[in-house]
Amino acid sequence: MMSFISYLLSGISLGSVYAIIALGYTMVYGIAKMLNFAHGDVLMVGSYTAFIAFNQMGLPIPLAVLLSMAVCTALGVLIERIAYKPLRNANALAVLITAIGVSYLLQNLALLLFSANPKSFTSFVKISPIKLSGGNLVISGETVVTIIVGALVAVFLLLFIHKTKAGQAMLAVSEDKGAASLMGVNVNATIAMTFAIGSALASVAGILLCSAYPSLTPTTGAMPGIKAFVAAVLGGIGSIPGAFIGGILLGILENLSKAYISSKLSDAIVFSVLIVVLLIKPTGILGKKIMEKV
Amino acid sequence: MNKTRLKQSKEIFLNYGILILVYLVVQFFLQAGSVSSLMKGLLVPLCIYSILAISLNLVVGISGELSLGHAGFMCVGAFSSATCSMLLKGSGLPPILLFCIALFVGALSAGVLGILIGIPVLRLKGDYLAIVTLAFGEIIKNLINALYFGVDKAGWHFSLKDSNAISLGEGGTWIIKGAQGITGTPKYSNFTIGMILLILSMIFIQHFIHSRTGRAVMAIRDNRIAAESIGLPVTKLKLLCFSISAAFAGIAGVLYAHNLSSLQALPKNFGYNQSIMILVFVVLGGIGNMRGSILAAVVLTLLPEMLRSLNDYRMLIYAVVLILMMLFTSAPSFIAFRKNILQKFRKKEVTA
Repeated sequence: MMSFISYLLSGISLGSVYAIIALGYTMVYGIAKMLNFAHGDVLMVGSYTAFIAFNQMGLPIPLAVLLSMAVCTALGVLIERIAYKPLRNANALAVLITAIGVSYLLQNLALLLFSANPKSFTSFVKISPIKLSGGNLVISGETVVTIIVGALVAVFLLLFIHKTKAGQAMLAVSEDKGAASLMGVNVNATIAMTFAIGSALASVAGILLCSAYPSLTPTTGAMPGIKAFVAAVLGGIGSIPGAFIGGILLGILENLSKAYISSKLSDAIVFSVLIVVLLIKPTGILGKKIMEKV
Repeated sequence: MNKTRLKQSKEIFLNYGILILVYLVVQFFLQAGSVSSLMKGLLVPLCIYSILAISLNLVVGISGELSLGHAGFMCVGAFSSATCSMLLKGSGLPPILLFCIALFVGALSAGVLGILIGIPVLRLKGDYLAIVTLAFGEIIKNLINALYFGVDKAGWHFSLKDSNAISLGEGGTWIIKGAQGITGTPKYSNFTIGMILLILSMIFIQHFIHSRTGRAVMAIRDNRIAAESIGLPVTKLKLLCFSISAAFAGIAGVLYAHNLSSLQALPKNFGYNQSIMILVFVVLGGIGNMRGSILAAVVLTLLPEMLRSLNDYRMLIYAVVLILMMLFTSAPSFIAFRKNILQKFRKKEVTA
């Protein structure tokens, strides 16, 4: 029983990381209708920045986190400006391929700068593990912090979107770009802001991920990126609560199937669940059904 | 025969002409001995990628669905055909017959899997279809990596756990050994066979596109509801297109499996990255354009090899080239810019 709870908690923690990454995917999808394949690699850049700031420059932890977020924000906006903005009215596939190109570019830049050897990331969490029920249940500090950060991000993001003017502008642009611009919303600035927020969240997710799994390579972001993408689709892409539910569900599923069924087949199980969910509810758990008109 | 039909068949036969010409030229250089060993090693992969590109183009370009699991079908074709070849290894049949059997098995298993996956999946649309096909590709790779398959006198043994779960009897051999895959596959593939298969795939796919069925599929792509209202069986046609494409990916897998002596399901050769790479060939070559797909597959496979002298920078340059090509071919502002320049040239011609 205790081991089950501990697997469940670490699943929720992994799920929180997926959820934070999935938010970036889902917000960008909602507003720009594109799959940002480079999102996982922005996460990787954020982790490397945090690694350099903390391990090599010796900055204090809050500063290192802020620096990493700033670098990712700038990178996200830059990518949007150079690679995605010129293609805004182009074929959706063209944008997808460009995003894949950006992903390759970031991975190979990191490969040149840092080599393929894994860097051992020092955990940013300095909380000692919590022991419950006489030492039978040990919860690591990383797990606790990740879950708390995930919940905080969820609350603040929802507040931001529903209570501030900028958030309302984001909603308006995702509903109808043309109408939003007629109402005086600066569409370009709003899209840039969405990329900025998504990228900053990716850097947070990267630091949390590398604190829990401390091996950092140029492809660190690739698999979590794909999983988070799956989580976003599972929850209904474009929906923010959906991204959270999808992420946490995916994390729990992955950890439990690793623990109880087979560690080799855990990916297959996670992806099968996605397929089953989409077959029952083709737009994801919280996705809206769009009626088609002739 | 009206003019458009005539133009179509001209286009089709031009493609075969180009392929045969390329084959003859390469053969000439091979005979003359002026092809480096690196290039020789690339000839079969070029055929494999070209077949993959034109078969994916059938789904993406003709039926208009986004599939990110093409490498999964290639994986199934490769492993089923390699298993078949391993089982028949000592049978004493001539190699060409063995290869034909392997080809049949590979294409059939990938095609059948295409139908099985297509039935539930093709109900989804757009990005959802893309993510589900991606998921299927990963599941296939994951399952094969965990699969153990051995043969002894008592028959066939399967396990999804580990090699200890099967105790093979005397004289028993492992066929698939989990993540180690299959070792000792016979080498049947060569450039001639690759080229023959490429041309055959081209013939089949092009004639399919221009047949009545192919035109019906394109009608569904352009307007599903309108096509449905004139009585086209939408699901059946989409499924047909999807499974044909899967079967050809299986054929590419057969070529792949019999080109090297060992076969493993690595993320590099059968993962989603490979599927994306094939999609890049299709999109860059022009969606729906078979000649473009092959050209893009050849250029993008050769480019990293040409840049080999630049070592670490080659993939970086590759990525930059990819982004720039997409911007140049698809960005509305670039297209307008190109048209402007073209118009200036035309005006000059008129005035001159």
